[in-house]
Amino acid sequence: MTLQNFMNEAISPWMREEGPDNDIVLSSRIRLARNFANTTYPILADPNQLEEIRDFFKDNYEKKSFQEYKDFSFLPIQNLSAVERQVLVEKHLISPHLVKHADTAAALISENEQVSVMINEEDHIRIQFYLPGFQLNKALEKSFEFDDWLEEKINYAFDETRGYLTSCPTNVGTGMRASVMMHLPALTLTKQINRMIPAINQLGLVVRGIYGEGSEAVGNIYQISNQITLGKSEGDIVEDLQSVVEQLIDHERKARKQIMEQSSKRLEDRIYRSYGVLEYSRIIESKEAAKCLSDVRLGIDMGIITNVSKNILNELMILTQPGFLQQYASKTLNPDERDILRASLIRERLQLEK
Amino acid sequence: MVECQECHERPATLHFTQVINGNKTEVHVCEVCAKEKGYMSYPEDGYSLHNLLSGLFNFDSLKQESNSEGIFNQVKELQCPKCEMSYSQFKRVGKFGCAVCYETFADRLDPIFKRVHAGNTQHHGKIPKRQGGDLHKKKQISNYKTQLRHLIESEAFEDAAKIRDKIKALENDTGNSEAGDNS
Repeated sequence: MTLQNFMNEAISPWMREEGPDNDIVLSSRIRLARNFANTTYPILADPNQLEEIRDFFKDNYEKKSFQEYKDFSFLPIQNLSAVERQVLVEKHLISPHLVKHADTAAALISENEQVSVMINEEDHIRIQFYLPGFQLNKALEKSFEFDDWLEEKINYAFDETRGYLTSCPTNVGTGMRASVMMHLPALTLTKQINRMIPAINQLGLVVRGIYGEGSEAVGNIYQISNQITLGKSEGDIVEDLQSVVEQLIDHERKARKQIMEQSSKRLEDRIYRSYGVLEYSRIIESKEAAKCLSDVRLGIDMGIITNVSKNILNELMILTQPGFLQQYASKTLNPDERDILRASLIRERLQLEK
Repeated sequence: MVECQECHERPATLHFTQVINGNKTEVHVCEVCAKEKGYMSYPEDGYSLHNLLSGLFNFDSLKQESNSEGIFNQVKELQCPKCEMSYSQFKRVGKFGCAVCYETFADRLDPIFKRVHAGNTQHHGKIPKRQGGDLHKKKQISNYKTQLRHLIESEAFEDAAKIRDKIKALENDTGNSEAGDNS
């Protein structure tokens, strides 16, 4: 397969679309946790109860469309190869937890990959809604409509005082996790982010690296999400998150400007060095690749590098993960082989720009 | 470098003072022996949210704790009638087994929710569109009632009367639909 074709298949269509503030906010996501009222939760349910739920989704939603989200594919996890599973995880369409429960778990994914429903994860139903750039309110609105559509046929576990009854007490109430992925190289470089994280935490929001809890911010990409799900409405939670993200965008832009004014040669040097590494290296580990991609993306945003498209960070951060590399190679690879293929894939991708 | 007092092979990396019945002893051990001899326990795969949560849940008085584990084991433990999850199991796992667990453990949940959700115990968000039919109405009525109170306080009686009529209309509506459900 040519790289171009592979990429067309590998990158979710929505990721190529332009979104508001997408020089800093890569994507916005809303996740809603829901459960069937009368079925025991996956943690304790009999496999046949969970299979019933899985079949219910197959019978009712496979190949169906909802608004512009068309042609849902229904994927029982046990029918997927190990690499296919990993690829879905790397695209954030399913969670590692879902893969662990492959026997009864499934995913329902819209053709444009903006909507994905995980079935029999920690909760019976986990709806995820993605939009490019900074569009939390729209994502919330859309996910509510989609939630209502599912609820036409499903009796949710819901209680007037406690709200949506989730398996984990940390999700009860709204069952909602709103999050944004942000690229914050200047705040990281100037170490301002370290001072900001504790303040953000105080507002009931969490800052994490790209791979979730406890992970470091590989490639200067941070995920910011709400911690609290009970006692505030979804709209208020999103508004709080929104205002923090707006401030972070503002600070990041200021920090970029400041670096440019105070040490533009240094910045230019760093960016071109990283560009050089990506263009010429023959072996590259994922961490180094992420760092260099972040630098090059910053260079593009700041007008220092002009001959590479903006999407390169989003694309290559996804494509150079182990699952994708192995799918590209159509075989399993050891870490050394992956580092070699990663370097060659990046070089090839940069060639496409010329 | 201090060697481990247990195996005398590896260097000691953990140093602490043990106080038993007022007698102080200095302990110097390596990590392996510390684990083996039970000086410290490690969660299986690192410190997870689970551990943190079950830590949060262990707020019950120690008395209750010893009751359920000690000789008084016969004392009937709170258990969910649907999924059979017991309260101590819930505390350990940090997850509910089903929707009924919320009712079963209802009396003990407020402190947990308060800790996890910054003092909140009640839902103020979305209500399911179809299922929540009457709830939407109830919420609307309670909103109108607050409005009504404010209007009366500010002596805007004309507007208050309008709101009162709206509340009446809604309340009658609820009554009707309930009667409809029963027939």
